[in-house]
This record gives sequence, C-alpha cells and structure tokens, in this order.
Amino acid sequence: MENIRNFSIIAHIDHGKSTLADRLIQFTGVCNERNFQDQMLDNMDIERERGITIKSNAISLPYRAKDGKDYILNLIDTPGHVDFSYEVSRSLASCEGVLLLIDAAQGVQAQTLANLYLAMEHNLEIIPIINKIDLPSADIDRVLEEMDSELGLDPDTHIKCSAKEGIGIEEILDAIIERIPPPAGDSSNPLAALIFDAHYDSFRGTIIHCRIFEGTVKNGDIIRFMHNNATYKVEEVGHFLLTRTKREKLSAGDVGYIIAGVKTVADVRTGDTITNHDRPCISPLPGFKEVKPVVFASIYPIASDDYQDLADSLEKYKLNDASFIYEKDSSAALGQGFRCGFLGLLHLDIVQERLEREYDLSIILSVPSVRYRFTLKDGKVIYVDNPTHYPDPAEIEKGEEPYIRAAMMLPERYLGTVMKLCMEKRGVNSNLSYTGPGRAELSYEMPLAEVIFDFYDRFKSVTQGYGSFDYDIIDYRESNLVLMDILVNGEKVDALSQIIHRDRARSRGLLACERLKDEIPRQMFKIAIQGAIGGEIIARSTISAFRKDVTAKCYGGDISRKRKLLEKQKAGKKRMKMIGSVSIPQSAFLAVLKSDND
Amino acid sequence: MKNKPAGLYIHVPFCLSKCAYCSFYSSSSLHLIDEFTKSIPREMAFYKNIFPSFDTIYIGGGTPSLLSVAQVHDILLAIHFNFQIHLQAEITMEVNPGDASQDYLQQLRALGINRINIGIQSFDDTLLKFLGRRHSARSALAAVEAARAAGFENLGMDFIYGVSGQTMDSWKQTLKTAVDLCAEHLSCYQLSLDKKTPLHQRYLTEGLSLLTEDQALDYFLTTSQVLTDAGYTHYEVSNFARTDSLKSRHNMKYWCHTPYLGLGPAAHTFLDHQRWWNKSSVEAYLKSIAGEMKPQEGFEKLSLEQLRLEAWFLGMRTKDGIDLAQFKTSYGCDLLTDKKPIIDELIRNRLVELTERHLHPTLAGMAVADSLALI
Ligand SMILES: Nc1nc2c(ncn2[C@@H]2O[C@H](COP(=O)(O)OP(=O)(O)OP(=O)(O)O)[C@@H](O)[C@H]2O)c(=O)[nH]1
Ligand code: SF4
Ligand SMILES: [Mg+2]
Repeated sequence: MENIRNFSIIAHIDHGKSTLADRLIQFTGVCNERNFQDQMLDNMDIERERGITIKSNAISLPYRAKDGKDYILNLIDTPGHVDFSYEVSRSLASCEGVLLLIDAAQGVQAQTLANLYLAMEHNLEIIPIINKIDLPSADIDRVLEEMDSELGLDPDTHIKCSAKEGIGIEEILDAIIERIPPPAGDSSNPLAALIFDAHYDSFRGTIIHCRIFEGTVKNGDIIRFMHNNATYKVEEVGHFLLTRTKREKLSAGDVGYIIAGVKTVADVRTGDTITNHDRPCISPLPGFKEVKPVVFASIYPIASDDYQDLADSLEKYKLNDASFIYEKDSSAALGQGFRCGFLGLLHLDIVQERLEREYDLSIILSVPSVRYRFTLKDGKVIYVDNPTHYPDPAEIEKGEEPYIRAAMMLPERYLGTVMKLCMEKRGVNSNLSYTGPGRAELSYEMPLAEVIFDFYDRFKSVTQGYGSFDYDIIDYRESNLVLMDILVNGEKVDALSQIIHRDRARSRGLLACERLKDEIPRQMFKIAIQGAIGGEIIARSTISAFRKDVTAKCYGGDISRKRKLLEKQKAGKKRMKMIGSVSIPQSAFLAVLKSDND
Repeated sequence: MKNKPAGLYIHVPFCLSKCAYCSFYSSSSLHLIDEFTKSIPREMAFYKNIFPSFDTIYIGGGTPSLLSVAQVHDILLAIHFNFQIHLQAEITMEVNPGDASQDYLQQLRALGINRINIGIQSFDDTLLKFLGRRHSARSALAAVEAARAAGFENLGMDFIYGVSGQTMDSWKQTLKTAVDLCAEHLSCYQLSLDKKTPLHQRYLTEGLSLLTEDQALDYFLTTSQVLTDAGYTHYEVSNFARTDSLKSRHNMKYWCHTPYLGLGPAAHTFLDHQRWWNKSSVEAYLKSIAGEMKPQEGFEKLSLEQLRLEAWFLGMRTKDGIDLAQFKTSYGCDLLTDKKPIIDELIRNRLVELTERHLHPTLAGMAVADSLALI
C-alpha cells in the first residue's frame, strides 16, 4: 500500500495529457521503443483519428524512485472535452491525486477550472504542471499569475514541463511519490471494490475495471454486485499494463480488472460496489453522481431486421460508456428503436461512430433535442425530450426550456463578437469580469437548446480557438414553444421533428428545409420538403428530379460485371433509410440543426 | 428457368486492328486462330452433359468473320456433334463489313447460319475513321447487299451514337439508311469511353466531350421515335426489332436468367444460380485446353438477393418488364408490397407502368434504367 500511488492527469482539452502519459510510460520503461507509438493510451481508432481522448484509460507503471524503493503508479489519462467530463469524475473517484496540466501558451481555460473543481470535490492532492514550455509563445509568468488569481493554487507548487520534449518528467514522477498520499484502506478488511468502467470482450465476456478500496480479491472468490446481489466466481484478476496482465490478487489501493464470467451484461454497473459474497462489507462505496444527459435522440437500425442486433450491441456498448443511457422507443417513420441520452453533440457523434465501427451496425439518429417541461391545463407537469411525445397544444398551459449559465474565458479583443453571438442565442443576464490584463471572463444565461446546437463550434471560430467555454444547467424558464414537423414528399418524418421557440420557427424551418435539400440526394422524381406547425406550412424547399446514366450499356453475357457495379452503388446507399418513397441519408438527421455559419 | 432451352455463345477474341474506343480484350495474334478453332470443340466436351440442347447459337467477338469458312464449319460441326440443336434454332454470327464478301456470306448461309449481325457503327465515313473502324460506309452498304444476296433474311446492325463530330441530323440519316435497308434488328449504343482507350486519350488532349445528360436523353428519345415510327419495337434499352419474332432470341436469354453456355476466352456461362467465366487471354485459354483443364477463371454462386437484383435491373431494361407472379415464385419477393411506396411514386412519375401481370419501364424509365436499377 505504501508504495502505490493512484492519480489522474486532468486538463483543458489539448493541453497535453495524453502526451505526458506517453512520456511517463516511456520513462518508467513499461514499453520498449519498438512497441511505442504516440498517444499510447488513446487506443481507439476514433481517438487517434480525431486526436482527442474520449475515454479515460488506466495503466500501472512500475517505478524505482530516488529513494531506491519500488512503486506502482496507477495512472489514469482523462479526456478534456466537456462532453466527456463524466469520464473524468469517475476516474477521480479512484485516485488520491491529480496532475493538473496547464498549457504554457494558452494559460488557464474553462475546463482547467472545471476539472480543478472536480478534483477539489474529491479532496485530491493537486500537482500543477505547466506544459508546453518549449513553445515560443509560452508565457510562464502569466500562467503563474493565473494559477494564483484564477485557480487559487500556490504558484510555488508547480512543475515546468514539456511533454513533447520530455522535459521535467523525472521531477513529475518524484512529485507523484512525495506529494500524493498512498491509498488508505486495509487489505484484510472485507472486500469493497468500486467499478469505474467495464468493457465487453467477445472471448472473456465482461471485463470489470475497478479500484479496490478495502480487502482483497483473487481467483476463485465468489463476488457479489451490491446493487442487485448477483454473484459470480472470479476467473482472473490483474493489472492494466500495456495489455491486461494477470496477477494473483488485487488488494486495497490497487487499480485493476476482474473477469468473473459475467454473462448478464446488465449486472455490471459503473459506480456499483463489488464485495465478497462470504464476507461482505457493510455498505457500498459512495459510487458516482448520477449522469445527467442533456441531449436526446433516438437510434434506429437502417434495416429493421437488425433491431435485435442493435439491442444486444447497445447493452454491450453501455458497459464501456457509463454516460450513455437508453430505453425503448418507436417511430412511425423509422420503426423500432431506442431513445438515448448523451452528454453533448460530440458525445452523440462518438456513440454513433463507435456503434457503427465496433458493432458493425448501420444506424440512423433522429434530430437531437433537449428535455422540455410542460405544465398541462390539468396541472400535470411532464418532461418531453422526444418531439414525438409533444403534448396536444390545446392541453398546454405553459412550456419551459432548460437554461444554462455559460462561463467563457477569452481574450478581451473577442468580447464584441462573442457578446453578439450570445445575444443571437437568446443569452441574458451577462456578467463580465477581467481576470488579468486583456483576459475576460464572460458569463451568460442561455437556453440549453441554443448552446448545444452549434454554439460551441461558432464560439471557437469567432474566438479563433483562443476562447474556452463551460456550462452548468441552472433552471427551467418559460418559453413559447412549438412543434415543427418536417414532411418529405408529403409524408411526415417524425424523426425530423423539432421542438423550438416560436420566434425561431420560421427561420429554423427554412434552415431545416435547405439543409435537407443539400443532404438528400436527388432522386428519380421531384421531392418537396416542408416544415409545418400543426397544419400550417411555414417553410419549403424542393429537390429536383435527377435521372442519371441515360441509356447505360449492358451487353453480352457478362451480367455479373454490371451487377457488381450496381451492388457497389447500392452499398453507397446503404447508409440511407427508405422513408416512403425517398431515401434519406443518415447525415440528414443531424444536418438539420447545423446553422449557416459553419 | 431450368427447362427453358439454353443458349450457346462462342467467343472469337481476335481482331485485325483495335478500334479506338474499344476496351474489350481482343488479340491480334491471328496465327493462334487455328489452334483456337481446334480448342473450342475440346472445351465443348466438358459441358456436353450439363447442357444437352440449345435453341440459339451466337458466334460473337472480337471479329468472328476472321474465321475461314472451314473454321466456322468445324466449330458448327462440333456443336452438332456435342449438343442437340433445335431445328428452328437462331444461329447468329457477327460480321465485320470489311470481311463480308458475298461468297463468304453465301457459304456461311450454307453452313446453317441464319442470322448475321453486322458491326456497321455509322454510315458516316468521317465518324468511322474517328472511331478507328477499318471499314467504310460504302463497304457497309455492300456488306448488307451481299448478305441479302446470300439469302439472309434476318440482319442485325450495330450502331454507335454520341460521337464527337456527329450531329443529330447525321445520326437520323444513319438511322434512315438502316431503315431503308430493312434491317430486321438494330442495336444502338451510346458511346462511352473507358479510360484505357486511345479515343479517351484523344478526347482529353483535343478537349472533346461526350454527350451531356440532356443530349444523351435527346438522342435516346429521338432514336426511339425514329425507329418506332418506322415500325420497329423498342424492346430493350439499346435494341430494336422489326417485329416481335425478330428480337434477338439469344440476347433475350441474358436478360431473362435463362441458362447459357459461353465457350472461348472470356466467355460467361450462367446455369442454376451459378455463373462462371473463362480466362480472357487467348494464350491462357489455349494452355488450359491443351492441359485438359477447364479454362475457367472465375465462378460465383448467386444469392437469392443477387438474383433478385439482376432480375430487377434486367427487367427494367426491357419493354416487357418484369412478370410479377414469376418474380415472386423465382425470387421470393412480392414487388408490389415490398416496394410499394417507391413503385407508386415511379408510376406517378410515369417511369414505370403496371399492366395486369407485368411491371415495365416506360420509355422515360428505360432511358434511366440504371437509376431504376438502384431503387
Ligand atoms: N509543443 C508542444 N506540444 C505539445 C506538448 N504536449 C502536447 N503537445 C501537443 O498538443 C496536442 C494535444 O496533445 P494531447 O496529448 O493529445 O492533448 P490531450 O490533453 O490529451 O487532449 P484531449 O485528450 O483531447 O483532451 C498534440 O498535438 C501534442 O503533440 C508540449 O509539451 N509541447
Ligand atoms: S472489332 Fe469489336 S472487339 Fe474488335 S476492336 Fe473493334 S470494337 Fe473491339
Ligand atoms: Mg488526450
């Protein structure tokens, strides 16, 4: 126990967490030069392609410190993007300390603050690290100033580092050992292990990632999931080195995995406590804050035959993404599917892509929505996150939509454009303060719906990447809401419906019609696209007919060649859903929300 | 499907010179023709038990008219020796106008060939030269005359339109000439250029262009109009027959999933949901035969879904269209229920029509058969 250290690397997006993790891995020699690749812990293709971390990833590093003693450093690399903050908070529950990275050129940003607060909530030891000191634009004095004024951290405690150049690495390792306390807990107590993640392996079944707080677990033990008392026999325990590595046992303070032949995927819940069946602990560990999805959309299989496949895949997928929630749903246009909750649009995008890649599914997502609140004439209050469940307008007494407080940090020179953007997004009650020379902190109260849909991209682009942004949901406020339906060739496509503010209806309707016009390929006949509120058409666009390959050839007995060509073209259409007589591509459903400006 | 009589195709992959637009494999090693002629009968031996009889024979190419009368004789003899041939069989041979002397044609007629398909392509010498054909308009006319004199009552002619330099008027003139010659059958193909062809290169370097969609449609509709007015049936996207009985019975087999056996390099065979095809190089083909091996290069077993797709896209190319009941029995799919919304929409847009038993493309539908194929 004395020689274990559990810590996470946290920071604003792109400040260099994964790069620092690479250096620590290399320095401790877990990985030889030959096996090494950049962003070692970003092991999903999608993370490497996009250059961002999506999931927290744990690795155990053996390290012989200056004092000559051997240590096990359990490192967790976390994502920086707001949509994945649930990953960060779960990682922190397994740690006693954090490395808080600050980009020497960018200084303190919105998620630096947000993640610091998370760490403080968990009472963790904080080691501030100023990264990227190699950059010509690095301004260390300014960062030290901000640490003091904005973060309230003692600037003397910082370490300077360049993860890229490998500067400061040994100093960081020593600080981890000296400053982060070893885990508390007692390996002779009854077992209490916190499940912080899991994934499904088609050979071994469910693999549980956990932190042992009390007691010991080993092969052959009968374990119990405390939320439903399901019991399983342990088949294997071990550490995460570069790959899973078997060990005889895991004891208090350890971070590792358990394989116990869990076939009922739903038994495993992130945040649950595992204990020993014969010698249980008295009460479960505190677990995690409940995840609060903010964006909702339905997922449908493109081929309705694939419904069961989708259901099985979602169950397995959920194991590895605790922030994802779903339940059964159905649509008149798209058939059986699932209503899902996400932490943001990037999260939604990632879920869609992972489902398609990891489970080889072809799916369609409906237009995303936030969760609205309606008070009906009979006094009943209902929440609606699915436009299909929009109440009868005659029954509605009052409609309300969720508001957030957006906290933005930005160089003063962008204030004008950002304020204009916020007002355009129905922002109110602004608050401006200066955190340093030329640095502004701006806050606004805005409808969540406005922020989720394309605010983030536009904010980044108007601040040329120098602004950062974070938000908290504050309350529900009354709003004049309407349901806008989209008709494609006269047929209502419920998955394209949106709940919107009445003042916005016409412009959003037009936008949706225009977007769909761009996204839906021309077909063999003219297609009308209409936006409607109730029976009233408020916007329309038309896709002209397109008939291609006039008099295409086909001669001789080589029919196969022609068929293969057609099969290829058909495969190109696979990501389209036939609704009535029109093929609508997957991309159309999300494009509806994109504004003109991007 | 199985009990419909099958078709036999013999591929003669030799050409004297390469036409500028042609992307087919063909060989100019004419010294191999003799060995080729001797190999075809040996290939027949592999299939004589699985394809007992044929009611169409088609000797195509390449340029089959490079074969001597004796070589054609030997091949036909072998066919009769190995298979049973219906008395009323349609026996076609493709002929290059440059090779069509009256004497040659007369002897072919005497061998039992009863249908000649002449690759005329155009009656405009400038275009023929541009296309790299080795014959002239005059020799084409002479070939037709010779064929008639030789007693051929079923003459097919192939044409290409949409060639740079061609005008709609000159194309109509070509069609008129064909009509005046009383062609029993006409195939009119729009020029398309494979990247590998010299003509494609020439289009690039000289900045020439192929037809636009609108022009192509115009040519297609005009062709159909001119020939229908002259009494022809437009029975497949590119094919016209003077009467229903003068349709190419052999080609119909390709379009109806009827079995056919293809012999010779690159030839394709279809039988019972299976399709296979021969090695395309003459040398490789001859080597296999010499080694007592089937000269096959590829094989596929078609899934029901693939068969369905083929039947659908082929059906959408023919005037008769798809026999709905038969489609259901053969491919297990009731089109009118499975694809109802889109078929309704296509009918509304007059791209297809529904008669009692058939779903068939209209002229406008045939023009975009490839798009119909993808629904
Ligand atoms: N110049 C310089 N660049 C660095 C340094 N550390 C990281 N980078 C670069 O910064 C970019 C982001 O690095 P990552 O390590 O992926 O950042 P991250 O914090 O893990 O990002 P997320 O996981 O998406 O939040 C990459 O292009 C790195 O090469 C550094 O010390 N110096
Ligand atoms: S004759 Fe026919 S096969 Fe031979 S090169 Fe010309 S177009 Fe091609
Ligand atoms: Mg990262």
